[in-house]
Amino acid sequence: MSGELSGRVAIVTGGASGIGAASAVLLAAAGATVIVADLQEGPNAKRDGPGRFVAHDVTSEESWKTLLADVLKRDGRLDIMVNNAGISGGSGTIETTTVETWQKVQAVDSEGVFLGCKYAIEGMKKTGPGKPAVKGSIVNISSIAGLIGSAGPTAYTAAKGAVRLLSKSVALHCAEQKYDIRCNSVHPGGVDTAIFNPLWQMVGHAQGKAFIGARHPIGRMSEASELGEVILFLASDRSSFMTGAEIVADGGITSGLMRRSLLAPP
Amino acid sequence: MPRLEDKVVLISGGASGIGAATARLVVREGGKAVLADRDEAKGRALAAELGAAAHFVPLDVTQEADWQAAVEATVATFGGLHGLLNAAGVGVRSSIEDCSLEEYRRVNDINSLGTFLGCKSAIGAMKAPVGGSVGGGSIVNISSVLGLRGAAHAMAYSASKGAVRTLTKNVALHCAQMKYNIRCNSVHPGYIDTPMIAPRLEQNAGNMSGRQALEELHPLGRLGRADEVANMILFLLSDESTFSTGSEFVCDGGLTA
Repeated sequence: MSGELSGRVAIVTGGASGIGAASAVLLAAAGATVIVADLQEGPNAKRDGPGRFVAHDVTSEESWKTLLADVLKRDGRLDIMVNNAGISGGSGTIETTTVETWQKVQAVDSEGVFLGCKYAIEGMKKTGPGKPAVKGSIVNISSIAGLIGSAGPTAYTAAKGAVRLLSKSVALHCAEQKYDIRCNSVHPGGVDTAIFNPLWQMVGHAQGKAFIGARHPIGRMSEASELGEVILFLASDRSSFMTGAEIVADGGITSGLMRRSLLAPP
Repeated sequence: MPRLEDKVVLISGGASGIGAATARLVVREGGKAVLADRDEAKGRALAAELGAAAHFVPLDVTQEADWQAAVEATVATFGGLHGLLNAAGVGVRSSIEDCSLEEYRRVNDINSLGTFLGCKSAIGAMKAPVGGSVGGGSIVNISSVLGLRGAAHAMAYSASKGAVRTLTKNVALHCAQMKYNIRCNSVHPGYIDTPMIAPRLEQNAGNMSGRQALEELHPLGRLGRADEVANMILFLLSDESTFSTGSEFVCDGGLTA
């Protein structure tokens, strides 16, 4: 199968569900070999083209070393890294968030992305002999919670702010080192994924989706596939002059003013 | 009239740099300053110099119990808590390739977890009405220009300051929603001539001295002084800024312009 990303190898963390699964499908459709790295294989991991599932814990440096060694051994290269795995850590405010929750959220959402970038660069620099040079792209999933204060629980908001700035420092380092590796952050608004499961369980999927959707000027939540398209764009050469940038796909939330009454829980 | 009359301000990292400069201003403007720092010798010396309007408490910002003790000592000593300055921080020089997981965690623990714990601990005391007055207060978190821009050689520091930037907004909106009368803002200094950047000044960059290399980043052509940042913090701690919350206050000699 030939396509825009033929011959390229991609890792997608949290790739078994949600935004990760949607981007894995689109990267594979564009011809990439997609390594779906997640704690557990998800139900919608069906993809066209080459690729496989690898059990992976983004918080564990050992797990990253094993994953990278496996990919370099079997695929000989790494071109695309999508650091998508993330948790919300519940709904804690500044008053109710415990140190334990804080550290759990930082471990996945901030340290996991830090390790993902670190090992992606190492892998992208080790393309096998006789193969085309890597045009690396690292895509870090932040959130509108990395831009504004009202879009998530306290620990999540801080971790996504860290990812936003971390991405810029990684981009600048790679540029300075002339690695031909780009790094950008993506800032989704509300996406219909399992991260909202607690809300779905409380009020039901349809009602919850309508409630969150109404907070977006565009009047609805996004589907994971819409974020997959953004990630595909950033992963491909179509975005070759973009690095250190913040790409917002939020149905207009951060564009204008927000009525405070919309922040009340359902 | 003094600008902080009878206001009690708890300052993490109060023994040196921006924290110490702010402590001096707080006392000069009629307030009470509690200097909280890991450096006991320096902190006690400054508190002694500032006299009865200052007090020292030992504080490791990464320990919740330390924070609770610091807030309790503040209320016990001066009868309330109206201002919090989260100035304690650590700077390291490393890129995404050089930085270990341990270093990444250490920097984020001090700069980001430390600020989280400061906000969490102070809100409890600030929201409580004291002596017939309504509760309320002002929290000022020191982020950085590197919470606004990235830097290849300050990856972990920049990430931690980005966390402080959005954490500040989250805290501001929570307090507003709860009607606590507590404001929370972030301050983004450029390179300030404090002990934190002293190692940088020693490192030559090409044919420039470390100092010249840093000065060159600022359109004003020099490093900032701690008292210049303290003046912005004083404004945020005082009732002159009562409609400002969740905002980013930049004090960088034009660096991000």
